[in-house]
Amino acid sequence: MTEITSSDVRRAGPIPTQRLSADESNRRLKSRYATESRFRAFGIASLAITGIFLFALLGNIVWKSLPAFAEHVATLDVVLDPAVIDPDGKKDSAKLAAVDYASLTRAALATAIPGVEGRAAKKQLSAVLSTGAPDEVRARVLADPSIIGSTIKVPLLLSDDADLYMKSGGVAASTVQGNGAIVASATTGEITLSSTDNAFANLTAEVVKAGAESDAGAAVLTSAMPSRLIAVNGGLVKITKVSADAASGTVLTPLTSVDPAANGGWQIVTYEAPEGRRQVNDQMATYLEKLKSTGAIEKQFNWRFFTSGDSREPELAGIRGALVGTAMTLLITLLFAMPTGILAAIYLEEFAPKNWLTNLIEVNINNLAAVPSIVFGLLGLAVFLNFFGLPRSAPLVGGLVLALLVLPTIIIASRAAIKSVPPSIREAAIGLGASHQQAVFHHVLPLAMPGIMTGAIIGMAHALGETAPLLMIGMVAFIVDVPGGVTEAASVLPVQIYLWSDLPEAAFQQRTAAAIVVLLAFLLLMNGAAIWLRNKFERRW
Amino acid sequence: MDMTVANRIEAARIAPVTQAGAPAKVVARDVNVYYGDKHALKHVNVDIPDRGVTAFIGPSGCGKSTFLRCINRMNDTIASCRVTGLITIENEDISNPALDVVQLRARVGMVFQKANPFPKSIYDNIAYGPRIHGLARTKADLDAIVAASLEKAGLWSEVKDRLMDSGTGLSGGQQQRLCIARAIAVNPDVILMDEPCSALDPIATAKVEGLIDELRSNYCIIIVTHSMQQAARVSQRTAFFHLGTLVEEGPTEKIFSMPSDQRTQDYITGRFG
Repeated sequence: MTEITSSDVRRAGPIPTQRLSADESNRRLKSRYATESRFRAFGIASLAITGIFLFALLGNIVWKSLPAFAEHVATLDVVLDPAVIDPDGKKDSAKLAAVDYASLTRAALATAIPGVEGRAAKKQLSAVLSTGAPDEVRARVLADPSIIGSTIKVPLLLSDDADLYMKSGGVAASTVQGNGAIVASATTGEITLSSTDNAFANLTAEVVKAGAESDAGAAVLTSAMPSRLIAVNGGLVKITKVSADAASGTVLTPLTSVDPAANGGWQIVTYEAPEGRRQVNDQMATYLEKLKSTGAIEKQFNWRFFTSGDSREPELAGIRGALVGTAMTLLITLLFAMPTGILAAIYLEEFAPKNWLTNLIEVNINNLAAVPSIVFGLLGLAVFLNFFGLPRSAPLVGGLVLALLVLPTIIIASRAAIKSVPPSIREAAIGLGASHQQAVFHHVLPLAMPGIMTGAIIGMAHALGETAPLLMIGMVAFIVDVPGGVTEAASVLPVQIYLWSDLPEAAFQQRTAAAIVVLLAFLLLMNGAAIWLRNKFERRW
Repeated sequence: MDMTVANRIEAARIAPVTQAGAPAKVVARDVNVYYGDKHALKHVNVDIPDRGVTAFIGPSGCGKSTFLRCINRMNDTIASCRVTGLITIENEDISNPALDVVQLRARVGMVFQKANPFPKSIYDNIAYGPRIHGLARTKADLDAIVAASLEKAGLWSEVKDRLMDSGTGLSGGQQQRLCIARAIAVNPDVILMDEPCSALDPIATAKVEGLIDELRSNYCIIIVTHSMQQAARVSQRTAFFHLGTLVEEGPTEKIFSMPSDQRTQDYITGRFG
């Protein structure tokens, strides 16, 4: 150690560093500053990109979902005809429930919009109301049978197409005064408006310019073109064929008379959006405009979305069934995964001997956390459904599968939390004569609890958003009823979203977005709880 | 080297008398400690008297803390650690399988280098030991134990109005005295202190040293320290460890004034260490 070597000679002098010139030193400094500011710029840029994407995604979903939280009802006078509801006058609630209330709501609608004739027109009229609208009448009659025979005002839910029409604010319409005198051939049905002074010359020219084909000198309007309507004598006629001196079409609103209309006594109404691109045709639009003009239609908050189960009718569909199913599933997951995960973590971290077996277990737990979730679904299908014979589509099985899924997350988080408790606390307890188990349960575990809870909540949030494994165990079925127990068929929120997103109705697309918003709200709530717990119980030692 | 348990206890009975003539509380015979393959403590023989302070001094890594942790078998918690030889407390073999290690630790209190109060109230810090050992039957008994322990640790007047405050909110010196109060609350026979003042400022150190001085009339205290001044101030006997061996042990004045070993001489005069 103390032998003299050649290196000892070097020990005598100063350290042989080289001094940089002022220029070079400045250059190095500048390059260091440049590197630092470049790094900062990259960081801010990537943060900004992430923020923009996040904002665009959330903004898009929230924006799309907003219409789904409102619904339109038409408050109409419903005559509770005893001959229909209660022909034998016994007011037996079983019989009252079975009555066809739809005939009453149809009658109420016919009273509000008189003069509708023809099968197609009547079909259009009844399509204004939801098929669920009569339920409201039924509920009122069942609640108080004494109202039978009277006339009550009932808010009747509009159908999804009508509702969307109202939400879009109707179609864009423009009106021009008609020049010349015209006369109608009839007040209803297919009619012809004829003119002796070429009153329709301008209209024909416009229509031909818009690309109408001609048929024997008359321009034919199609549903791909803006709709042209003529308002005359208090009625509305949809033009299908027009030439300079005659226009034929369908009466949407009956005319009061066939008296000739003088120059300026009639109007041409144009619906800019072609009928073929609208969910609501011109006929239904006139009905809705009529109801709107009488003040019968009101907008209200869509509580039904939160209080009813799934439905084939978008306006009746709600997420209650999915919410209850989710709550039950997560409860099962919590009950199974939390105690198992925490106890496994405590045992592995504190008590298990460190040997190849525990190492193997540890590696496999970490691997399990990375297994695709659908594999857990297959496992659930094979084990819980086929081997144990548990019921299909049930929250019990869903919860068990999700428990397997989140178990590694909880174990890993709990182990990290336990490991982060300083050994001095353990030593203090053991030095006082506490047994190892006492030291763990009295001191380590309470200190690790916030971390464990955080891990558990994040695991549960993970489970909340999981879809794939639940598809495998049959939770993807169309289930209308709100589940009453953990062994009944149920759906969960993400699967509900998946199901709705597949449906073609525009109203379902909005409801899909609304359900996503609800799911995201729950996720934020759970993650917020995790952060709150972490901050509240964060300790320093 | 290996003796049967009966032989070891017999061996301990033969020589439980210190040079001072007082009966020895802690006796070590041919104690070896291995961390894996590393032979950390070699053939240590020492008799530690009751009622008094024994200081272990020596350079870092000399095995003094390792030996201290053998006395309450804290080394059991380290998987790679292996202890051979015999240690007795009041003629009882502490490695006897019939002896519960938890009860041993209740008899041998320990104070650590860094104050480590539980992140609980001051009251709960003191009450924890008596609670798990069932030393108090009623709440009033427990209150009395807490008060007496804090009183003995000289902390009562400082904390009596805030017993429910967190123990971690105290100053460093107060925390260390709280740990001493916690250790004496279970009424141990022996108190082990592993560099109790190394993280404290001089004023807090003086207070802890004063406390050690007061406690020595009632307890057998073994203190590991890096400060030779501290060893000189608080201890009656001093043991010097070097490279895993116990070089010299004797009355403190003798070790510091006329050590018999050259290595001790070199260490206390600052030649190495």
